[in-house]
Amino acid sequence: MSSTTLFGMCAAALVGLGLYGLLIHPQTLRRIVAFNLLGGGVFLMFGVVARRGAAAGMASDPVPQALVITGVVVAFSATALAIALLLRLFADSGDASLRSPPHDGVAADRTHV
Amino acid sequence: MTLAQFLEICLVVLVLGAGAWTIAARSAHAAITGFVSYGLLLSLVWVQLAAVDVALAEVAIGGGLTGVLLLTAAARLQGRESQPIQWPSRLHRCVAAVLCTALTAALCAVVLWLPDPAPTLAPAAAGALPALGLGNAVTGVLLAHRALDTVLETVVVLLALVGVWSLAPDRYWNGRPGQRQEVDSDGVLPFFARVLPPIGVLLGIHLVFVGANAPGGKFQGATVLAAMWLLVMMAGLRDAPAIGSRWLRIGLVFGPAVFFAIGLIGIGTAGAFLAYPPDYAKVLIVTIELTLMVSIALTLGLLVVGPPERPDTR
Repeated sequence: MSSTTLFGMCAAALVGLGLYGLLIHPQTLRRIVAFNLLGGGVFLMFGVVARRGAAAGMASDPVPQALVITGVVVAFSATALAIALLLRLFADSGDASLRSPPHDGVAADRTHV
Repeated sequence: MTLAQFLEICLVVLVLGAGAWTIAARSAHAAITGFVSYGLLLSLVWVQLAAVDVALAEVAIGGGLTGVLLLTAAARLQGRESQPIQWPSRLHRCVAAVLCTALTAALCAVVLWLPDPAPTLAPAAAGALPALGLGNAVTGVLLAHRALDTVLETVVVLLALVGVWSLAPDRYWNGRPGQRQEVDSDGVLPFFARVLPPIGVLLGIHLVFVGANAPGGKFQGATVLAAMWLLVMMAGLRDAPAIGSRWLRIGLVFGPAVFFAIGLIGIGTAGAFLAYPPDYAKVLIVTIELTLMVSIALTLGLLVVGPPERPDTR
């Protein structure tokens, strides 16, 4: 197996792992971490495509590399915004998960605040 | 199997192990520690893929800065969640596992059946480099071929900061982010916050400056600068700035504004938005990189410290 295929498989496994964490974790903070894990796998897939596109004396196609650098910065910005939203949600409701309130009483209480 | 192949397999096992730990760890703190290790290991994979620019971005932003952001959030949420954590049912988890395995299998199939010979834009990117006066093809793509992506990206980063700030309660608007850190005169943190920044600032500017010809660039360099600023703020040597400060706001928009201005001048001198007049391409690109470095470093640092949480008292 060539090294690009090996790293491609690794990227595929990371996407699967990240998506699993995103689907099953009850805590929002852990979902944000899982989402970043998933993103790392997607970026790595780009890296594999870039490495296979080696040509013109370059060991790796620069266009996917530039897109990934842009992606890494945007992913960080989105994570920072998600964390700020989570901390504000926690400050307002005392709960850091996204599930609906356990019974109607809590929802009614919140509307009166 | 050669030694290089063996080491690559070891690296993949470590990356997947760190990734699995990030999902499986019981506490959020342990998971985030795993995530930071994952970022470091992933950057080694990027070096193996001959993408050193991406490796630098991954280790600085993906591992380092995201790690600080997540650890701070975990520390604030720890032990203060009032309701018990409810895990989904076993059936729910099994279905999720099956679906994710199917997705991984499909992606593996895609990797195995990638077209051969692989499509590439490397010759096109390489052909344009002499005209730009650059040696680093990635910088060439970021600032010439895909300059529109880069200019809009700097706006996205700024918009994310506006989003974070807009979560501030009204009474703290124009105030300062986070809590005031007291200097622990016996601690090791103030020591590092005095010793490291001179070296870090030099390294950050160096990364931006060599980015024209060698791996590096404004995002990687700006992240190092932001990290040094955060270190000084966390050690309590300098307070976080009030977000209403006029100089701060000018600093935030300065880089993107210069980028847009040079792009608009291109319409007159080179016939297209974001086109550079011949002979001046290198000078303009280095100008854009250095001004963006300042603005991006400020934005990244402020994204980590979060919305204002106290009034601007002097």
